[in-house]
Amino acid sequence: MDEEPEGRWRRPDRALLQLRRGLVLLLVAAPGLLAVAAVALLVGGVEGLAALLAAGVVTGLLLVAVRRRYEAWGYVERADDLLVRRGVLVRRTSVVPYGRMQYVDVTAGPLARRFGLATVTLHTAAAATDASVPGLLTAEAHRLRDRLAALGEARQAGV
Amino acid sequence: MTALLDPGARLDAEGGWVRLHPLTPLLRGGRFLLVLLALIGQQGLREAPAGPLLGVLGVAVPGAVLVGWLSWRAMRYRVTPTELQVESGVLTTRSRRVPLARVQAVDVVRPFYARVLGLAELRLEVVGGGNEAEAPLAFLAEEDAGRLRTRLLDLAAGRPATDDEVAPAPEPDAVLVTVPTGPLVWSTLLGYPLASAAAVLLVVGVTALVDVRAVGAALATSIWVLLGAGSFAVKRVLAEYGFTVAESPDGLRLRHGLLDKRTQTIPPGRVQAVRMSEPLLWRPFGWVRVEVDVAGYAGGSDQQTTTGALLPVAPRALAVALVARVLGSALPEADRPVPPAARWRAPLQARRLRVGVDARHVVSTFGVLTTTTDVAPLAKVQSLRTTAGPWQRRLGLASLHVDTAGRSLPGAVLPHRSEPDARALLEEINQLARAAR
Repeated sequence: MDEEPEGRWRRPDRALLQLRRGLVLLLVAAPGLLAVAAVALLVGGVEGLAALLAAGVVTGLLLVAVRRRYEAWGYVERADDLLVRRGVLVRRTSVVPYGRMQYVDVTAGPLARRFGLATVTLHTAAAATDASVPGLLTAEAHRLRDRLAALGEARQAGV
Repeated sequence: MTALLDPGARLDAEGGWVRLHPLTPLLRGGRFLLVLLALIGQQGLREAPAGPLLGVLGVAVPGAVLVGWLSWRAMRYRVTPTELQVESGVLTTRSRRVPLARVQAVDVVRPFYARVLGLAELRLEVVGGGNEAEAPLAFLAEEDAGRLRTRLLDLAAGRPATDDEVAPAPEPDAVLVTVPTGPLVWSTLLGYPLASAAAVLLVVGVTALVDVRAVGAALATSIWVLLGAGSFAVKRVLAEYGFTVAESPDGLRLRHGLLDKRTQTIPPGRVQAVRMSEPLLWRPFGWVRVEVDVAGYAGGSDQQTTTGALLPVAPRALAVALVARVLGSALPEADRPVPPAARWRAPLQARRLRVGVDARHVVSTFGVLTTTTDVAPLAKVQSLRTTAGPWQRRLGLASLHVDTAGRSLPGAVLPHRSEPDARALLEEINQLARAAR
């Protein structure tokens, strides 16, 4: 669904990928692997080894999913509108004309702040608009917000 | 007392501030007083000594009257060239400024108890006004409400306001359509009420086949469904009774209601989306229901059955003509079909999925049981989105969403286009919308 040449898409910062990977490893993979390892030790033999291997494969798949999800994110600042894409299972593309923006939010949770990341969200008068870009370095997030706000002001059209 | 309630006080000397109608506290407090009386009456029937009761009444009634009078005294409004200003509140005062440029529609509502006294409520619908109508002015004398509406709409549209004092009697509106009662009642019954009755019959029938003794229980539970459907039908018919669509200098004027009468005015160019729907059972009669969404129309519970309808029921040709009139130009023909692959994703409606685009509107038809046509004016497009689920991507399909600022109608959805077509439509509509703004 990508109209723009691949080179023009900008991605969230790689720190977002590392953050999400870390979260998956810490909260899902590590406890799972530990539990399977404990059971494998108790059972022993070939079955235990097979279970451990399966758990390893699942962890690998999870990491691939995280990576693909990260890679699906992208945005392009075009002449008159912002193009945002996301999603692996359900692919979504949004086009928001600058003149239609009501306001722009920059948000950052405690964890994201640790990694120096922020999310930029665009709001229009339509509730259905869902254009947001996560994982931008704080400086880039602020630059994007200021640029969008300036462009929005220059092209504002009545509802 | 006459000096205090003097209608002349409506045209206050200080800066054009005006008060609401002096009977307002009576209407506002009337319901509260009724509840109080009912409570006391119940209590009184059970306990004999009437002394304390009368004492309570003796304090409560004058107290309520005093509070009502004070809050009436405190509430005043005035119209400046750019704003409606409302001040209210006795203990906590509130001062509100409504910029007229943001006004989308003005409604005059006459609940049936206010009609008895010749009073009306004026409601302003404003962009982003939250869930309630902004600054409802309740109550005004009927003719004052009409005059104020004209003035607010004039100012909102940037026309020079006709002065209150010299304003001629408002010209009668040119009536375009009147919906007769027969089709209104039948069309309402042929929708949801009939469907729920059929469902109840089915459930009871199946129950009877399985176990005859359970029929009573099945009937007892399904009676609520029927009652719900019945009350829906009654509410809708009451609200949409005598529906007329008229053309007035300040926009399209919709009048409807049997007990509570409502007059809505939709200024030109404020429509965010239009939907025409044609339920299965209406098709033999060729009936269509038309709904419009104006930004700021609150989806409040009392309005759900009423707002929205531009025409509760009408022959298709008439409906299409009226929609063209509201939107300012004829609609494009929806003639772009979906690819054959869409049949695997939406087998029942694939042949009905069609799209039409011209320089001013996007039209999309869809629906299995109810054939629905959504229209989004390109000048109102807020954003465009494509979505493609896993099954859609396997078939090479994607859906396009055209978002507008309406609340109850989402704009237009163009389901299950072929992927290249969705991409092309996205760019095409984006370009056209930019040109239309």
